[in-house]
Amino acid sequence: MIKGKFTDNLGKVYAMYTLGFLVFFAIMAVFEQMGAGARAIGIGFLCFTIGIYALIGWLSRTAEVSAYYVAGREVPALYNGMATAADWMSGASFVALAGGVYFGGYPYLGFIIGWTGGYVLVNSLMAPYLRKFGCYTVPDFIGTRYGGNLARFCAVVVLVVASFTYVTAQINATGTIAAQTLGVPFELGVWLGLAGIFVCSMLGGMRGVTWTQVAQYIVLIIAYLTPIIWMSNKQGFGIIPHFSYGDAVHRIAELEAQYGLSKAAENIPGVAVLTTPTNAPAGNEWKMVTLAICMMCGTASLPHILMRYFTTPSVRSARRSVGWSLLFIFFLYFSAPALATLTKLQLLDPNLATSVIGKSFEEVSNLTWVQHWSSVGMLAVADQSGDGIVQLNEFFMRPDIVVLATPEIAGLPYVISGLVAAGGLAAAMSTADGLLLAIANALSHDLYYKIIDPKADTRKRLIVARVLLLFIGAGGAFIASLKLTGILGAVAWAFDFACSGLFFPLVLGVWWKRANKAGAIAGMVAGFGVGSWYLYMVYAAGMEPWMGIDHIRFGIIGMPVSLIAMVVVSLMTPAPSEEIQRMVDETRIPSGATVLDAAH
Amino acid sequence: MSANADARARHWEKTRNLTILVLIVWFILSMLAPWFADSLNSMTFLGFPLGYYMCVQGSLIGFVALIWFQNWRQDGIDDEFGVADE
Repeated sequence: MIKGKFTDNLGKVYAMYTLGFLVFFAIMAVFEQMGAGARAIGIGFLCFTIGIYALIGWLSRTAEVSAYYVAGREVPALYNGMATAADWMSGASFVALAGGVYFGGYPYLGFIIGWTGGYVLVNSLMAPYLRKFGCYTVPDFIGTRYGGNLARFCAVVVLVVASFTYVTAQINATGTIAAQTLGVPFELGVWLGLAGIFVCSMLGGMRGVTWTQVAQYIVLIIAYLTPIIWMSNKQGFGIIPHFSYGDAVHRIAELEAQYGLSKAAENIPGVAVLTTPTNAPAGNEWKMVTLAICMMCGTASLPHILMRYFTTPSVRSARRSVGWSLLFIFFLYFSAPALATLTKLQLLDPNLATSVIGKSFEEVSNLTWVQHWSSVGMLAVADQSGDGIVQLNEFFMRPDIVVLATPEIAGLPYVISGLVAAGGLAAAMSTADGLLLAIANALSHDLYYKIIDPKADTRKRLIVARVLLLFIGAGGAFIASLKLTGILGAVAWAFDFACSGLFFPLVLGVWWKRANKAGAIAGMVAGFGVGSWYLYMVYAAGMEPWMGIDHIRFGIIGMPVSLIAMVVVSLMTPAPSEEIQRMVDETRIPSGATVLDAAH
Repeated sequence: MSANADARARHWEKTRNLTILVLIVWFILSMLAPWFADSLNSMTFLGFPLGYYMCVQGSLIGFVALIWFQNWRQDGIDDEFGVADE
């Protein structure tokens, strides 16, 4: 059935895979009808999907440097778009984003705008030029464009800090889902999730990660859209609710006014209360826009995303694949607010059978899903006013569980919950893969091969890359098992670190010929240093945030510092050499050989 | 070398102008629309308050269209100066 090279048969292979997944879903649904338990179905979904990813990882194993670092630069635009979408949409997008919008209201929409609008910057400022450059990693570009090991080293430091912050959040999400579904302790779930992540990335490097990410995208998008469409049909918003849930937005505003939005009498740690209005922009514009800026510039500087565009065959296909990426990402992002709105209505609207607000305390605490999620400390109902009725400010929930719990709240069959768990796992695993690879590649290529041992042979370089992958993954899992922050918080930090340190050195590297080594180093050190200092002061040292710029938007402080330092120092020091300026010219046109050759 | 210095300079000039245009539209969709969400909310679009609609859908659709538009124009510019790589 399959003849010729794998890359010539992608359409066929992934169509068969999608069909296989749908058949598996149908079989699970039949099992549930026959009386299979929730646990068995959840385990079935996890084992089936991880088994497939492992198989792809094994089939993609490689001993070539170019295949390991950039998938041999033979990934077609469409598939690179899907892989980027999976790489991009993390546990935070899948598991926590709708929950953030659900509890945080308008200011959280900054994540939605930021995580999509960033791609306009990727496309217009970065991706095609970096692809033309022909680098293996992002520090590879900085090191060659500006010259010298110090610039390269600074870029490696920023990359490692940003990506490591991000990857702990992903391993945390993987662990949460594995623990929930398999019924094992969180700490064990974390290590099990990590094992799955390694299987995809260890053997095949970027090539293995690319083809598993395409498979993971297909699972995660099916898993995200199915419950929304199902719920929408139950509530009468039509087959595709995305264009028709406007009434639900109005209805929630009405109900919020009716119930009142007074704060909870007593907060319960670890869970949040639903008292932020869904749609109230007045007074929050600054919060929203600053968050969006940090997320957009962070998107355009996060190495695990930029390096995906190094894998396409040409500059034109790199651009085209940014277009595909955003389209595939868009499908999830314009669904998240729909999910948040419909789920909120489920709980609030007394006309719906699933509502809990305004019902008797006893009735609500006996619901199966309330008991299930309360038993793990992620939900709480407390009759703080003592009137025996559940008020809006007496229902507590952890924002991270909104997506996972939605099928149960809406009374959908368990097979949907299993599907959603598999989707969340796919999202978290695919991002963790990309991030671990970005870190390990920067350390093995830029730190080890370019700085420490330039004479190392291919075999040794790839062994170093794989050993580093193991250690970094284990380190991430260890930090994740300490449960330091919520999923969304740690992810926002990663974007802030990346945009503080890398955004201007990358952009000006292409767009400003006069930018030189001293300027770039100053930009990275000052931006990253001041940003990190501000984070420490606001988050740990108890400083009052300036103009409401809190710990999730510290890039607003880091970026201008980076820009000013870079411009001032560049202008105070001599212009870069003729050779470097020619290199920049070469980067700006798509045709011709890459600036760095394949064997660099 | 596939293009002489003059053609390259004009190619870059056109590329830069296109990029500036794209960034202006991007700024409107990502900054101005959310900033004025409250006033936009007094209007209704598809049954949604318009400000809310822009933040959850309108701007997003705009971003996707913007990238495809830019790539279509950029391909044209590259072909015009004979510097396309495909």
